[in-house]
Amino acid sequence: MSVMGENGCGKTTLLRLLCGLTAPEHGRIYWQGRDISQLKELYFAQLTYIGHRNALKDDLTPAENLRASTHIAGSGISFTAARSALDAVGLGGNSHLLATRLLSEGQKRRAALARLWCCERPLWVLDEPFTALDAYAAQILRERLQEHVKNGGLVVLATHQEVDVEAKSVGQLRLAG
Amino acid sequence: MNRSGMLAALRGIVWRDLLLALRRRSDVATTVFFFAIVTSLFPLGVGPEPVVLRTIGPGVLWVAALLSCMLSLGRLFAADYLDGVLEQMVLTPEPLVMLVIGKAFAHWIVAGLPVVLLSPLLGLQFGLGSDSLGVMALSLLLGTPTLSLIGSIAAALTLGVRGSSLLIALLVLPLFIPVLIFGAGAVTSSASGIGAEAHLSLLGASLVFALAFAPWATAAALRIAVE
Amino acid sequence: MELERINWFRFSSVQAVYPLAGTLIPWFAALAMLCMTAGLYIGLFAAPTDYQQGDAYRIIFVHVPAAWMSMFLYVVMAGWAGLGLGLNARPSLMMAQAVAPTGAMFTFLALLTGALWGKPTWGTWWVWDARLTSELILLFQYLGFILLQAAIDDRRRADRASAVLALVGVVNVPIIYYSVRWWNTLHQGASVSMTATPKMAATMVTAMLLMALGFWMYSIAVTLTRMRCVILERERQTSWVQEMKVS
Repeated sequence: MSVMGENGCGKTTLLRLLCGLTAPEHGRIYWQGRDISQLKELYFAQLTYIGHRNALKDDLTPAENLRASTHIAGSGISFTAARSALDAVGLGGNSHLLATRLLSEGQKRRAALARLWCCERPLWVLDEPFTALDAYAAQILRERLQEHVKNGGLVVLATHQEVDVEAKSVGQLRLAG
Repeated sequence: MNRSGMLAALRGIVWRDLLLALRRRSDVATTVFFFAIVTSLFPLGVGPEPVVLRTIGPGVLWVAALLSCMLSLGRLFAADYLDGVLEQMVLTPEPLVMLVIGKAFAHWIVAGLPVVLLSPLLGLQFGLGSDSLGVMALSLLLGTPTLSLIGSIAAALTLGVRGSSLLIALLVLPLFIPVLIFGAGAVTSSASGIGAEAHLSLLGASLVFALAFAPWATAAALRIAVE
Repeated sequence: MELERINWFRFSSVQAVYPLAGTLIPWFAALAMLCMTAGLYIGLFAAPTDYQQGDAYRIIFVHVPAAWMSMFLYVVMAGWAGLGLGLNARPSLMMAQAVAPTGAMFTFLALLTGALWGKPTWGTWWVWDARLTSELILLFQYLGFILLQAAIDDRRRADRASAVLALVGVVNVPIIYYSVRWWNTLHQGASVSMTATPKMAATMVTAMLLMALGFWMYSIAVTLTRMRCVILERERQTSWVQEMKVS
């Protein structure tokens, strides 16, 4: 499901509502038939959210960042697993030894997206994941999204561009200002 | 909600914060230096007479400890708020309360523990006897974690707000006062021979109380800040 | 009005609260005037002169009820805050916002009258006794609440953050009171104590209770008035407010 629209029309707000970060003023949001404001942590366990900001600590390496965030999310991974996720996303070699502060914007985005290779949660909510990615990285991401959907997962992403993914059901939601 | 997941999350967040503090050692150093400088200001303001210094010593050390904790509170969640890490914390399947306790604990190690360790040295400047120094360190050991826990509430409430460091001070000082009274009182009553047990047990009780309730308030405040 | 038939949840909408507040204000204002006049009359004229403190003690008829009110209003504020957070009701949170300045005012009044009492009676403008010190800290708590509200731009976040603060603060109020009393008893030498009020003749008690009641009615009237201002300010973009402006 891709959410499209111009800048400022509320894509991010919608995605945050879907995550449960913001509460809707009217109405409710349901996951598998139950209100997410009642499910709370049970819902979060099924969700991976990657927003505009990369949620990376500048002073830690991508591997340390990945390891920390997965532990905090309750499904900790080892350093080896973190490194292989980073390799998959194209941050192999020595880039996992550098502090995130020293990486380029595109590399930081890749490091942020590496979480998608770590834990298999059914629902992915991604806010403009393709920003700052070069063609190669964008291709890798597209393949990963494809794989996730093929395994029965659901992806909701906000984007400016059309995303080419084959799935059982592809939806497009256009928001007007 | 499984036990091991919660503990892993707690360990994860403490590990991350301590690693970050290690990489930015200047933050730890400034807290300690502030504590030392503030305590040195009082003899300069009040005069070096030993009797006076011995009387005001416990209070001065406690107030300085309180102020240095307060100054470091602004940093507790601010970086996480800015780089998006806080959103991820709010979205964990593990209880946010656990993460808050982890952050407060890491904050205490970085801001509170150095104060505890330095206090006997600074207490000598005020002519406190060795017994009093021991009680001082113990009272700070019990009190500074409480300050970190209570302070986390104010830090969470003022995230991203203009003038937050001053606002934190206003919000948090009324909450710190009981701990100050019990802490400084412990040292004073031990020095005057009454014995510090009553005060120290009150400090212990405050710590337990803060541990039981403050993280909930902080977690609520974090969710409100992230909305 | 049959109370059972009123649908209380109607008042979870701001639009319904506004006219209700409007009808109630004059009643409470009148009651306030009545009680305060009676209380002041008894306190200033009818109550006997204290054998120890002379006529200067009469300020107690403002000081003590003001102190009671300041603490009571903080609890009320926290109550509205808790209700607002729990039920996610905006009017409750607005009530908390409306109560705060009145509470702060009474706290300040208690401190001021405490100082005015202290000067002729014990020769100093300030005494570090339990009540005055707790009142001072309570004033800081009120100011913190008001300033936190003012500092956050997003109204919803401001309401809810200050609600959390109010709830934390209300837990602190008894803790402060008892710890300051503890601190006071330890540091002997406080031979002056404002809590040791002169022996109470029945008329004095009546006067204090009347003043307290008067202050309470006043608080309600002022809070409701302020509430209406808050509503108008926040809802000025909505249609029902625009219609009122026209009519």
